[in-house]
Amino acid sequence: MQFKNKDFSDAREVLNVRNLRIGLTGRPNAKPVIDGIDLTIRAGETHCLVGESGSGKSVTSLAAMGLLPKSALEVQGGSITLDDFEITSASHSQMRQLRARRIAMIFQEPMTALNPVLRVGEQIMEVLNMHSDLSPSEAKKRTLDMMDQVHLPDVNRIFSAFPHQLSGGQRQRIMIAMALILDPDLLIADEPTTALDVTTQLQILKLIAEMQERHGTAVLFITHDMGVVAEIADTVTVMQQGQIVERAPIAELLTNPQKEYTRTLLTAVPNLTPRPARAAASQSEVVRVAGLDMTYGGGGFFRRSEGVRAAQDVSFTIQPGRTLGIVGESGSGKSTVARAIMRLIDPTAGSVNVAGTEIAQLSRRQLRDHRKHLQIVFQDPYRSLNPRWTVARSLCEGPINFGVPRAEAMRHAAELMELVDLPRDALDRYPHQFSGGQRQRIAIARAVAMKPDLLVADEAVSALDVSVQAQVLDLLDDIQERFGVAMLFITHDLRVAAQICDEVLVMQRGEVVEYGPAGEVLANPRHDYTRNLIEAAPGRHWDFANYRVLDSATMTTGATA
Amino acid sequence: MIEQPQSRHSAFQVLTGLLSLPAGARVGIGPMLAALTLVTIVLASILAPLYVPYDPLAMNSAARLKPPSDEFLLGTDPYGRDTFSRVMVGGRVSLLIGVGAALVSVAVGLAIGLVAGFFRMADSIIMRIMDSLMAIPAILLAIALVALNGPSLGSVIIAITVPEVPRVVRLVRSVVLSAREEPYVEAAIALGSSMPKILIQHLMPNTMAPLIVQGTYICASAILIEAILSFLGAGVSTEIPTWGNIMAEGRTYFQIKPGLIFWPGLLLSLCILSINLLGDTARDLLDPRMKKREG
Repeated sequence: MQFKNKDFSDAREVLNVRNLRIGLTGRPNAKPVIDGIDLTIRAGETHCLVGESGSGKSVTSLAAMGLLPKSALEVQGGSITLDDFEITSASHSQMRQLRARRIAMIFQEPMTALNPVLRVGEQIMEVLNMHSDLSPSEAKKRTLDMMDQVHLPDVNRIFSAFPHQLSGGQRQRIMIAMALILDPDLLIADEPTTALDVTTQLQILKLIAEMQERHGTAVLFITHDMGVVAEIADTVTVMQQGQIVERAPIAELLTNPQKEYTRTLLTAVPNLTPRPARAAASQSEVVRVAGLDMTYGGGGFFRRSEGVRAAQDVSFTIQPGRTLGIVGESGSGKSTVARAIMRLIDPTAGSVNVAGTEIAQLSRRQLRDHRKHLQIVFQDPYRSLNPRWTVARSLCEGPINFGVPRAEAMRHAAELMELVDLPRDALDRYPHQFSGGQRQRIAIARAVAMKPDLLVADEAVSALDVSVQAQVLDLLDDIQERFGVAMLFITHDLRVAAQICDEVLVMQRGEVVEYGPAGEVLANPRHDYTRNLIEAAPGRHWDFANYRVLDSATMTTGATA
Repeated sequence: MIEQPQSRHSAFQVLTGLLSLPAGARVGIGPMLAALTLVTIVLASILAPLYVPYDPLAMNSAARLKPPSDEFLLGTDPYGRDTFSRVMVGGRVSLLIGVGAALVSVAVGLAIGLVAGFFRMADSIIMRIMDSLMAIPAILLAIALVALNGPSLGSVIIAITVPEVPRVVRLVRSVVLSAREEPYVEAAIALGSSMPKILIQHLMPNTMAPLIVQGTYICASAILIEAILSFLGAGVSTEIPTWGNIMAEGRTYFQIKPGLIFWPGLLLSLCILSINLLGDTARDLLDPRMKKREG
């Protein structure tokens, strides 16, 4: 794998952060949020700030923009200088002059960063109108030119489009155009590709690199994704709990990490090479889905309207103790399939057979007796537990519904807490007292309490930090081994799929494009779409956990990108 | 990471919030005064029979339209009844109607709203009925109902409640509609919980905070509507004094005896003002998003 290896030691220093300390407003004695960090970013350099949630990477970038929420956080020491201009002590009007002209920022979610009621072209032009004295026609010409530079198709049409009419990738391109139109010295990108599909992510990463090349902008790139870091970084700073752990050029950091924490982070990145195939536990299938169809809308009282076919003719089987992964980008229908199998929505056609019972056509009432055979773990651990209920109550809800006496359910709940590595006394606490990873463990325990035959994990590790993600994946593996439960694992992340799945089913626009053993599908994809997905996975040639290039024997195909 | 800890015993917290004020700085002087005023009026009304000097219904032809004096603190009305006694005792019925209407409309609205929010089939039917109820002017409906059932305490409460219910239903329904999309509700479905269990144990607690706030507004407006109904002669019968019918009776003598309208009117206004202020405070405490920006 080729890393960037340009030497920047002669380039001009654009941003200089010295011994920066940021703490809670009005509480100088409390533990600082940012504790004495130093950063130097030179012209033309892409500096990646990596760390897990809560490490302070976003706070650092907000401080550089002078955008700290004054009522909560304040700079308590140190300096941030942009070409000798001190940002920490700048006035509001000075900062307003500085932003857009000298520093610009792009955000994770372009839909919320753009004004939904203004045409995107006008929003880009507004930046010009505020910060330059170009005539309207010149401003429009420059805007169109910029939109052309970020490779938006048909710029005249998109100029007068509203944000909701554009795709996520196009919106992020608009944000980039807006950020770079005044040719700033520094571009701060805060997780700019996290909300995007993997193929779009690759395009945006390429675009940022291209724009940087063209304009010589320094980029401070904030991300949690080591794959993205490997693709784009010149230099990397690893942060943990408000402090800098390690700083090194990208090649050095990935091949020879010095600090324990960096190693932990890198080891936790799941490998794209599928794990060795496991022997099938038995020949019988516990889940058999055939011809599953889900059409939203449609029908209509006066006029027949075409519905949205979210899933078409989906068929698969899972054996006990095996894991099937459904992968695909947003809108591919993978979650629809999960919800239809769980009967959280009613499939329009097809059959779902779980543990010998056909459940696709059962009425709600008949279904209740069969609910215990299939359980689900959701993506967002903050919303999947009732915030008003203690953990114990959440864990006991299911068993009590099926007639288990309360005392026995409580005893079982305590055992479950041990199973998922949480202390027993945590039973009396409320969900908000736990971290995201711990909550996801509780959600898993709640599902396992029902002793299901099928466990559906709908993006169950996607919202978690990479190290936590690895632990939760291990836990799922462990549970599967112990109880022999069949698992349906929905994910957009090929790395995760490669690590946990025995079989993989690739979906695109509601249709199954490829279905087979994980090793086969991921190593020798037959369909173009699968191949595109694999090629777009950032840092796919690098084996992060072993600090070396990925063994090419398993990743031969599609290596032309 | 840091999440707003969800208020578990919302009602309880509001009470402690208003009475013992743990976060003292958050509650300003306004709500404090309002709480004090309201508590005073409520206590004075409840305890009125113990201390008022005269029977509020006892007529005394020898003392008609007396000005305020040591004998009659606020003077007397055209029938020689003591205004002070009448106003204090009248407060009891007015407040009872306010609280009663608030409780009844919240309870009924909650039940209907939960069903409407959760069951799609019921939703369209219930909401069309509620829409048509909302289309009828509240006062007109109240007058019609009182005219049908006769002027009694119960029918006045019902008359005030009926137009308020659709508003509560809409509120509860909207909360349920958003809460039912929460993954923890879907998880409960997957765990085989029955519909009533999900409705009452998972969804209902979400509606408590907005309902408490809405309840205070209903309480205030019920007191006002009762006064208006009495004023129009469609309220509680004149044998039971309320602020509304005291004012209604006093209006003919307004020119020579403004006190007959002024005193019940003053207590009525203070009461409504205080309740509304406390409602706003409760809303701010329960819903941090509505809080005024600091600085």
